[in-house]
Amino acid sequence: MSSKIRVVIGKPGLDGHDRGAKVVARALRDAGMEVIYTGLHQTPESIVEIALQEDANAIGLSVLSGAHNHLFRKVLKLLKEKNAEEIVVFGGGIIPDDDAKDLMKEGVIGIFGPGTPLDEIVAFVKDNVKVIE
Amino acid sequence: MDNKTLSGIDVPDKSDASMSPSVADQPQAGVYPFTRGVYPTMYRGRKWTMRQYSGFSTAEETNKRFHLLLERGQTGLSTAFDLPTQMGLDSDDPLSEGEVGKVGVAIDTVEDMKQLFKGIDLSKISTSMTINAPAMILLAMYAVTAEESGVDPKLISGTIQNDILKEYVARGTYIFPPEPSMRLITDIFEYCSENYPKFNTISISGYHIREAGSTAVQEIAFTLANAREYVRAALRTGMDIDKFAPRLSFFFNAHNDFLEEVAKFRAARRMWATMMKEEFGAKNEKSMKLRFHTQTGGSTLTAQQPENNIVRVTLQALSAVMGGTQSLHTNSMDEALALPTDKAATIALRTQQIIAEESGVPNFIDPFGGSYYMEWLTDKLETEARALIKQVEDIGVLEAINQGFIQREIQESAFQYQLSIDKKERIIVGVNSYIQEEEDTYDLLTVDESVRDDQVHKLKEIKEKRDNAAVKEILQKLESAAKGSDNLFPIVLEAVRRRASIGEISGTLRKVWGKYQAPITI
Repeated sequence: MSSKIRVVIGKPGLDGHDRGAKVVARALRDAGMEVIYTGLHQTPESIVEIALQEDANAIGLSVLSGAHNHLFRKVLKLLKEKNAEEIVVFGGGIIPDDDAKDLMKEGVIGIFGPGTPLDEIVAFVKDNVKVIE
Repeated sequence: MDNKTLSGIDVPDKSDASMSPSVADQPQAGVYPFTRGVYPTMYRGRKWTMRQYSGFSTAEETNKRFHLLLERGQTGLSTAFDLPTQMGLDSDDPLSEGEVGKVGVAIDTVEDMKQLFKGIDLSKISTSMTINAPAMILLAMYAVTAEESGVDPKLISGTIQNDILKEYVARGTYIFPPEPSMRLITDIFEYCSENYPKFNTISISGYHIREAGSTAVQEIAFTLANAREYVRAALRTGMDIDKFAPRLSFFFNAHNDFLEEVAKFRAARRMWATMMKEEFGAKNEKSMKLRFHTQTGGSTLTAQQPENNIVRVTLQALSAVMGGTQSLHTNSMDEALALPTDKAATIALRTQQIIAEESGVPNFIDPFGGSYYMEWLTDKLETEARALIKQVEDIGVLEAINQGFIQREIQESAFQYQLSIDKKERIIVGVNSYIQEEEDTYDLLTVDESVRDDQVHKLKEIKEKRDNAAVKEILQKLESAAKGSDNLFPIVLEAVRRRASIGEISGTLRKVWGKYQAPITI
């Protein structure tokens, strides 16, 4: 089995802003990871389903619409229900600090706001996402 | 500094003979091809419209913000709708969970619209509505709001965005496939030219293309390519060009490269005028005038040291004014963090008031006209944008969207831009240089999750009170009309009057037309 990190970059909800998601997806791919981008308007259910089918090690969620609290929590909950908590969740978007702190307490491993350098995200994923053989 | 514009054009080091300013031979503002401005008096006659985009939570809350902005001297309204509304979904739809009232105001039926404009005279104030896929429904709600408040709908004025092509390539709130979407748009052109003659039926938008990461050249090229597609679609229905073209309007971004932005507005104006006259054979000068709204660039705002954004917005707004904009939205300093607070929104409005009242800039039309660099850069942007338009049209605009060509072009620019920041080839103050470790904390606007419950409750009440048989009848009529080719506007209007919800109306259309499946490009 390949030892490449496999990441699903997901756009949950109705938000159409995917500049950040696509730029991050490309940076992770250029860094040697397998990246699957879901496209827009996904439900938490469809993102988790894709992650399971693709044997992903991580899900990166991008939300700029203010619906992050609901959407991130729903993804965490679904992963738990599917006994797939080894798939870690990180994300980014317009997410106020207080919300980011709460989501991190509940299990999101990293949240990146506007202005984050791509290298920082790549290094974070490499350090925090394990490939389970 | 590498002496390139933000769009990557090499900036010459001095003026030479190859940069001959031809302004002496150039027509003045108000004269074809309108490089210097669309009106002969520009701001000496009337200032641009100060139009701050706002909307959040319920119609009641947004109505309060509207009154606050008007009280503080705003001269036009601009409505932000929440994502369920923009996607044609009711607040009680499962897909709306977590999204109701977040990025704009929630509208389910005309009752919400009436609440939104309570106490505002729709015959006097112009309203811009950022609504695309379901634009017909929201415009119908606005017209019925006027009707039921005793205002003759012929008098309503404003703009609906109604630009679906840029949704497919940059903004993402599309519902239906391109073909029926284009039909909705031409139905709107046709119906409005007779019934709402003061309404701009489309705002062809480069703004979101730029926000998605394009360069200035790509912004004008893709916007004008889309515009040409709308013109051709309307011509195919048999409409006369001078019947609909005077109500076409545009929407551009004001980004960081001050002089390049001024040149961009000038180039876009000249390109549109020559296309309309020479290629499409417009006779009425109004059809050739590129009138546009500008918003300062949201993606240029930094979450770090957010007060610095006030300065960015000032420079961007100044470029729009020097470029001859017809209306302007200045962003709030806290928008990289959340929706703007009252205080931040007020400072943003004050910024353009200071430009208008104190700076002296509006006194002279096109003050950069005749500058070696400005004229050279205007020509350069035009040449490059024309070449890109040709590339798109060789593929075909709709085909270029289906293939993901335009999306990939924009993404490539977005990625290169990010790399140039990461490598510090481009400095962003507070982000990759001049960093402060300790960041202050700010009061942010939050939208309560209970908004959805309130909306769901309101919608339920309306559905209980209305004549449900009448709603069912009109929705059936809409369904069969959607399969045919009659203008859909009168039917949608009647559905709105009978209190059909946005979800019911667009759901009916979705049933007939299906949903757009976007190509995935990374």
